[in-house]
Amino acid sequence: MTLMNWHSFGDFLAMGGYARYVWGSVLVFVAALAVEWVALGRRRRAAMAQVTLLRNPATTEKRDAERGVPA
Amino acid sequence: MTFGMTTQRLDRGVRLTPTSLSPATANAATIAGIGWSRFASPQAFDALAGRLIPGLFVAAVALLTAGLAIGFVVAPTDHQQGDAYRIIFVHVPAAWMAMVIYLAMAFWAAVGLVLNTRLSFMAMQALAPTGALFAFLCLWTGALWGKPTWGTWWVWDARLTSVLILLFLYIGFIALQAAIDDPRRADRAGALLALVGVVNVPVIYFSVQWWNTLHQGATISLRSAPTMAGTMLLALLLSTLGLWAYVAAAVLRRLRCIVLERERHAQWVGRLPELRS
Repeated sequence: MTLMNWHSFGDFLAMGGYARYVWGSVLVFVAALAVEWVALGRRRRAAMAQVTLLRNPATTEKRDAERGVPA
Repeated sequence: MTFGMTTQRLDRGVRLTPTSLSPATANAATIAGIGWSRFASPQAFDALAGRLIPGLFVAAVALLTAGLAIGFVVAPTDHQQGDAYRIIFVHVPAAWMAMVIYLAMAFWAAVGLVLNTRLSFMAMQALAPTGALFAFLCLWTGALWGKPTWGTWWVWDARLTSVLILLFLYIGFIALQAAIDDPRRADRAGALLALVGVVNVPVIYFSVQWWNTLHQGATISLRSAPTMAGTMLLALLLSTLGLWAYVAAAVLRRLRCIVLERERHAQWVGRLPELRS
């Protein structure tokens, strides 16, 4: 077993003539996972911001005032 | 108010377990039930998931990098399919995960319907988008593999069609849950859909045996070991393990978000250390 299947980097990129199929699979695969991971991080931060807003007494007072709830 | 109501429902679900069993097993079930119900509480889950996610993510990156490096750099070229076969290292793990995630989703749907635990339904909901993503990736990489080897992007054979149905089941589940405003009704409707759709998973798995498909048979089989080089097998194994770790990390991360969004009014959420910083 040789450690490397390819003779050169260009050889590796060419994927024996199947470059667009192979890289089209790998890049979409890796990009999909990366996008999902980043989106989940944003969702968590948004949820945390929502919780912080709910706990903020100023927000609650403003909401109650808008609804006409006596203090 | 929502919090109190759901806690009551959770208690009712937990209490069902010991009474429905014989006295001999009831004791063991009570003990097991204590450990089990501890992590059925969204608060305990959130803390546990927070500790697990970083390690799972590091494992996912390390295993996927190693698996893909071996698969795309070290593994030899296939003598029949040339280098197009290398798509296997992303296609097969994605296909496996798409099926495994659906089984997990149906499992939590069943647990939720029987025990009425809110975390089970949230787990079910957290699995769906990642499952849909992998069903899509399976079809996408499959099309890119089919074109050079079969001469077509798509064919309506049993394997491909049943995977497409899997993707539609995921999308249908997500749409159904999003369409119902009351979370408890959305949970029950979604759980029912998830359970009915689970019959599709064995159909996908055995489709290549039951019908004459254009799709090739199972790749991993003891008899075909000589046709697959050791490095190919190692690459496939590592990328599959990496994807397992990724899925666990991503689903736990989404589940944490869902817990936080649904329980935002609960007292324990207000005590989260992240809020103080």
